[in-house]
Amino acid sequence: MKTYKAKRVAITIEAPMERRLRAILEAADVTGYSILPVTGGSGRSGSWSAEGQVGLAGGMVQVTCVIRPERLDGLLESVFNVVERHIGIVTVMDCDVLRAERF
Amino acid sequence: MDGFFALALGNLSSPLILSFVLGVAAALGRSDLVFPEAAAKALSIYLLFAIGMKGGVSVAEHGIDLRLGSTVLAGIVLSAALPLIAFKLLGIMTKLDRVNAAAVAAHYGSISIVTFVAGTSVLESAGIVSDGFMVAVAAAMEAPAILSALWLISRGGSETRMDSDLWREILLNGSIVLLVGAFAIGMVVGKEGMADVESFFVAPFKGALCLFLLDMGLVAGRGLRRSRGVLTPGLMAFGLLMPIIGAGAGALAGLLIGLPTGSIFLLMVLGASASYIAVPAAMRVAVPEADPGIYLTLSLGITFPFNLTLGLPLYLGFARAIGGG
Repeated sequence: MKTYKAKRVAITIEAPMERRLRAILEAADVTGYSILPVTGGSGRSGSWSAEGQVGLAGGMVQVTCVIRPERLDGLLESVFNVVERHIGIVTVMDCDVLRAERF
Repeated sequence: MDGFFALALGNLSSPLILSFVLGVAAALGRSDLVFPEAAAKALSIYLLFAIGMKGGVSVAEHGIDLRLGSTVLAGIVLSAALPLIAFKLLGIMTKLDRVNAAAVAAHYGSISIVTFVAGTSVLESAGIVSDGFMVAVAAAMEAPAILSALWLISRGGSETRMDSDLWREILLNGSIVLLVGAFAIGMVVGKEGMADVESFFVAPFKGALCLFLLDMGLVAGRGLRRSRGVLTPGLMAFGLLMPIIGAGAGALAGLLIGLPTGSIFLLMVLGASASYIAVPAAMRVAVPEADPGIYLTLSLGITFPFNLTLGLPLYLGFARAIGGG
């Protein structure tokens, strides 16, 4: 089956920033994305767990989207403005998709 | 002094505090006891709605007077001023940098609504009445502390991110909407309307609070566990001293306004408590450089358990001594 090259961007960021990041994605015309809960992990500030958190402040989420390669730079520049000062990580991976017109 | 010990013992052996202690012990012992997140959320909605509605009904009964306005104003001033005291104290007791000190200070100007709810329950058990409008005072005290902290940070030349979206999130956060909304409903429906829903919102209240405090005990216990290596002795001492200073400021304000004993006590509780929901979320957005491990652990792991176990009887004893009753 024929597949098309695309980029998968995964942004793990503090939960209070989720809404702002979504706004950036939508402003960049990325209308398809998924938000996944992060249940725990470890980073430069030590390990943490979402278990028993009473508010948004201590939590993280992961926002993932798949876009055409030529749109990647513009998206990363917009995303950088939001994530620059915050705890989190942005990764970009090559992937293949079946229906290129959707991205 | 005997009176305080009797109060403290009575408080410590109440089902509310014992439930909290069970949660703390379970977390410290690394038990696998977990409170389902959805259940905890449902309980907090129930408790906030019930306490807001009861406050509104009480105001509908007794009417609005000048004292309501002056107490809300006093609450706003307390919330804005306590971070300034906390910031100074942190400068003396700890080696925190300006950004972290201001972020911690913001938590001590704002309030913990769970501590407030537990305080109202302690008052009920002691048979002391308070003004229903104290619920509105609690809601008014959530946000001003954040402004003070941001002012402290910007004075030091650091950048803060404060936009209209964040203001909306702070002022319309779930707890404030529930408290103020239920308060308004209580005021509109009055005692007759309350009678229709009393069996749900009044009788089971303390039982629900027990379960909620069990969960909060688990949360506080995990916070205590995390505090090792995160909090210095100076920070821990601050976490115990600052609530007493906040309670003292609340008592002074209550006396100046001429509040009854129950309301003085609740203003002390509000002054003493530290936020762990609204302010941490605001700080993550506005001041991401501040370390959440410090302010969340201090507020949840040190100040919250202190207020709930020893603080409440201490404040009630003091409020009784100065206000009578």
